[in-house]
Amino acid sequence: MTDLTPVLSATWGLDRSWNFDTYAAHGGYEAATKALTMDKADIIQAVKDSGLRGRGGAGFPTGMKWGFLPEPDGGPRYLVVNADESEPGACKDVPTMMASPHTVIEGMIITAFAIGCDHAFIYVRGEVVHVYRRLMKAVAEARDNGWLGKDIKGTGFNLEITVHAGAGAYICGEETALLDSLEGRRGQPRLKPPFPAVAGLYARPTVVNNVESIASVPPIIAKGVDWFASMGTEKSKGMGFFSLSGHVKRPGQYEAPLGITARELIEMAGGMREGHELKFWTPGGSSTPIFTDEHLDTPLDYESVGAAGSMLGTRSLQIFDETTCVVRAVERWTHFYKHESCGKCTPCREGTYWLELIMRRLEAGQGTMADIQQLLDTCDSIAGRAFCALGDAATAPIISSVEYFREEYVRHVTEGGCPFDRAAAALFDYDSAPEEAHA
Amino acid sequence: MSTSADQTPATTDLVTVTIDGIETHVEQGTLIIRAAEQIGIEIPRFCDHPLLKPAGACRQCLVDVASPGPDGNLRAFPKPQASCTMPVTEGMVVNTQNTSEEAERAQKGVMELLLINHPLDCPVCDKGGECPLQNQAMSHGRGESRFVDVKRVFEKPLALSSEILLDRERCILCQRCTRFSQEIAGDAFIDLQNRGAMQQIGTFNEDVLGFDGYGPVGAAAEDETGNAFSSYYSGNTIQICPVGALTSASYRFRSRPFDLVSSPGISEHDSSGSAIRTDHRRGKILRRLADNDPVVNEEWVTDKDRFAFAWQNLADRITQPLVRKDGELVEASWPEALAAAAAGLTAAIGKTGTPADKKAKGVGVLPGGRVTLEDAYAYAKFARLVLDTNDVDARTRWSSDEEQAFLGASVAGTGLGVTFAELEKAPTVLLVGFEPEDEGGVVFLRLKKSAGRQKVFTVASHLSRGPEKLGATLLPAVPGHEASVVASLKGAKAAYKDLRAPGSIIVVGERAAASPGTLTAVEALAKRAKARVAWIPRRAGERGAVEAGALPGLLPGGRDAAVTAARNAVAKAWGASSLPNTKGRDADAIIAAASAKALDALVIGGVDDSDLTEDLLKAITNAKFTVSLEVRRTAVADAADVVLPVAPPSEKSGTFVNWEGRLRAFGTAIHTDAMSDHRVLDLLARQLGTDLGTATVDAINAELASLGAAATSHRPKAPAEPTPAAPKKSGGTDGELVLATWHQLVDEGALQDGEPYLAGTGRMAVARVSPATAEALGLHGVITVTAKRRGAIDVPVAVTEGMVDNVVWLPTKSPGSWVAQQLGVQPGDTVVVKGAAS
Repeated sequence: MTDLTPVLSATWGLDRSWNFDTYAAHGGYEAATKALTMDKADIIQAVKDSGLRGRGGAGFPTGMKWGFLPEPDGGPRYLVVNADESEPGACKDVPTMMASPHTVIEGMIITAFAIGCDHAFIYVRGEVVHVYRRLMKAVAEARDNGWLGKDIKGTGFNLEITVHAGAGAYICGEETALLDSLEGRRGQPRLKPPFPAVAGLYARPTVVNNVESIASVPPIIAKGVDWFASMGTEKSKGMGFFSLSGHVKRPGQYEAPLGITARELIEMAGGMREGHELKFWTPGGSSTPIFTDEHLDTPLDYESVGAAGSMLGTRSLQIFDETTCVVRAVERWTHFYKHESCGKCTPCREGTYWLELIMRRLEAGQGTMADIQQLLDTCDSIAGRAFCALGDAATAPIISSVEYFREEYVRHVTEGGCPFDRAAAALFDYDSAPEEAHA
Repeated sequence: MSTSADQTPATTDLVTVTIDGIETHVEQGTLIIRAAEQIGIEIPRFCDHPLLKPAGACRQCLVDVASPGPDGNLRAFPKPQASCTMPVTEGMVVNTQNTSEEAERAQKGVMELLLINHPLDCPVCDKGGECPLQNQAMSHGRGESRFVDVKRVFEKPLALSSEILLDRERCILCQRCTRFSQEIAGDAFIDLQNRGAMQQIGTFNEDVLGFDGYGPVGAAAEDETGNAFSSYYSGNTIQICPVGALTSASYRFRSRPFDLVSSPGISEHDSSGSAIRTDHRRGKILRRLADNDPVVNEEWVTDKDRFAFAWQNLADRITQPLVRKDGELVEASWPEALAAAAAGLTAAIGKTGTPADKKAKGVGVLPGGRVTLEDAYAYAKFARLVLDTNDVDARTRWSSDEEQAFLGASVAGTGLGVTFAELEKAPTVLLVGFEPEDEGGVVFLRLKKSAGRQKVFTVASHLSRGPEKLGATLLPAVPGHEASVVASLKGAKAAYKDLRAPGSIIVVGERAAASPGTLTAVEALAKRAKARVAWIPRRAGERGAVEAGALPGLLPGGRDAAVTAARNAVAKAWGASSLPNTKGRDADAIIAAASAKALDALVIGGVDDSDLTEDLLKAITNAKFTVSLEVRRTAVADAADVVLPVAPPSEKSGTFVNWEGRLRAFGTAIHTDAMSDHRVLDLLARQLGTDLGTATVDAINAELASLGAAATSHRPKAPAEPTPAAPKKSGGTDGELVLATWHQLVDEGALQDGEPYLAGTGRMAVARVSPATAEALGLHGVITVTAKRRGAIDVPVAVTEGMVDNVVWLPTKSPGSWVAQQLGVQPGDTVVVKGAAS
């Protein structure tokens, strides 16, 4: 049995864990103090050696990303923290910023110092106003305590942090769309190359990192590369949040080494809800192909999940029991992708529009057998054809659900309706809930 | 990092790429789609446009790509790549829809998705028959749609401006229009709005989007007409739209492309000589398009070039000669009209053989600035050979002797000078009395192409929208005193230092003639900075008239009419014993002389009296006899004694010489029996007993070629006008201000008549003053401008930051502001400005 490894979440249970004083009293800013005495190249090397991979979903090695920046030319270089967490099922960055915003700020100080940046940004999704406020407060506290501003702690290092609230678009989690949005433009992905490391924010060299990636930097500096690398698997090192939601007894954040299995996590979460059994689950949010009980022992690391036909993604495990209609679940996700498609490219814009129409028809029992094939054909016209990864993501739940649960789609056609009781799957009193909850 | 697509490739770096099994060598940085074109392989596309930056939005051009890895072995990309965004690399192997099933499947899939929400209204769509989507759906699409649901619909059409209409349900969101507006025109008045399936093009109109409290911001808010999308170049978006989403109000539902006859031509609207295509049906022009001419206008024209053609065929078109009988103009036969005209002119030149001949005072000739080279030549020759006078001047605008010396010494007969390409590449451009957008049209687009890479300085009263978009630096000048600003550019002045970079260019506009000493100062500056000079007038015929000698002191090829040897050379070529050696009058002097009865008769071409500060109608009234060669029943024609109808540009052939000095020959688009001015003048000369030899374009061009350019000794001397003293401080409480003025591109010029949709996109007429001047005179709201003559102009005042003090700017001929006619003044003159009566 794998043990939980609370590192980023270690202080979450403390009284007013988000305050500077609480954070500082429990080892906060020690890593930054140490980093400011280190050679910049050594910090980057340490992060490279730790094996830390991007926690935003793609899993790109963080240290290597920093290393892509060109040599300093005297002009500005930027660090942008991607806090636009919007993936259905993902709920790790928001609690991190709520419970311990200073972990993120400390990580930003170290990273900015290492890459030679004096102005860093946090792009936080605008809907989470409470997080926005907490970050602003934390930035002010950090400044009051000499951790931001001019000549930080007498080292000559300057850093400003701007907290920016997005306007509510899933696409702005895509790093180049995020940069356009941060510049005040319409949030749509940019043509690459040039990559952000070369021409990012305001066409200057820019590092874009996820909240959890940045928050993982201080413990690596404070506790050492070996400590970090001792956790996880050979190619997926360290710990990470596993966000469990759905039909488990205790949903929430489980911080554990990469390579833990879903079976272990569900057990930690108290098991499935009473009297029910697992039907399907997502390993990394709705954009990753679904898994079933046959994948419960797949180690949750980048390689193993990939080999099993899905992606580790944001480690957002949405867990569904046998009361759930897979067609309905996929229909809801498809609606999300259609709603969030930015509209830039044809496959995603038109394809998600079409997919939603077919999914709705099928779930309502008005579909035909040809519609099931059309779903797959339309997915084929989207996956690998779209401008960014959002198009591929939209097809993942559809293709995988038809693969594992084709007979359920067929039943919707042959029975002329959904064979499931919606109230049975709901985790609330479905019948007395308002109309909006019945979607 | 791989090469970015917009880097200019070095010509020597060729890379080898294999497309559909064909090996080819292309310049480094070439996009796959361009490399394929070079060997005749067409990859379907919508968002791609060779003059726009790559977008990769439509995904129609997906192809299979493999390129060598570090070990030298070919490695295929895991999924098809957009060929419009990916540059070729050495050893790359590309398989298009012709050789790759995967690429073909990808393209068919994208095509199907493009069509699910596209209406099947091709039978009523303007684009049907010339539609890239229609064509490519036929060649690369499925025969039948599998989409059985309800298509997305929008209210239609949405008027982006009075001219540009948008049918959103047809739009495939390729963003060519928005990219053109932003990258090429610099008028980001339209952009994508909303997202996903509801994404649409629009003008930030809250009534359309249902937003609350969102108004235009940024560039869109700067359009002071209050009209959205009032770009001078908006019509180009219609032409590059790959579907029928953008249409023009003037052409919408008027015709099918396959019913039209297309004729190539040259625009008559400005001195750029833009290549256009005239589409007509049964003798009627339905629309005009930009033609692709990479060395001149690339693929763009101004909205004036595109939309302003109705003037040629309005109800007041003259098709029969008119002769005044009993005070009334009545239709007459050509022989009768020619005889009447000849009789009147014979009397005026004193060749009747009667005693009255002794009192004859001669004839003045005003060809106007819109004639072709051949027409101008006929007027010039007619004046000298038939009317025995140098009183001929095509410059019916502000002009001067200094300008004539400049034109004779440095412009006429110099052939191809500064070109569009050189203007684009110039490290520094200095604009003197020239507004690139208002007065240059596509000249602005070339400069815009280099915005950010090129330093632009403008000698003007204020930074207008065009130079502002170019990031130009204002060298503020009080109108009439540009010369002192130009003369001050020397030594350590930043503009002078930049201008000394090799290849720099000084662009001087026709308004420089209204500012004494400016052209002299420009020539001196060019000499000391080793920069080149380009003279860019407004009208299409100006340069041709200079070449043809339709100026009082100039004979063809830049020969000085005052130099005997030059005169004799021309006389010999024309088979005459001698040419008149009296000093000719310029246009203003001709009109003044006729008004004062010092001239007996006038021969007038395409001249609009409202463009002149002098009173042409009074001159015609006072003159004994006037012949008008006109297309329309204008005020001038109405006042004349004999009116000879001539052909508008679409009904004749000829040559416009553009500002580069490039000959822009064009053929007849619509064949009618209307005759060119040169042919009419040839007939009239014949009636007067002289063989002018200007019956055909070919004959004239042969003659012009044999005359050639003047030797230096036959040219006028370069101008040596002194720079006037610094302006005295004026603008006290008496409200006297110096006038600055120029024509806006879309205004009330005669060639824009009959096109209300275009007029709707024009900028509102406002008066501009500096904040200090507005403060000093208490100017706000609507102000009144008066001068020595006639009327007053009442327009709203726009306080303009950075403008020189004690100056008021007015548009020359915009609605409610006809400066020449209403005030009778030119730039640099004093006008009186008063705030609104409270």
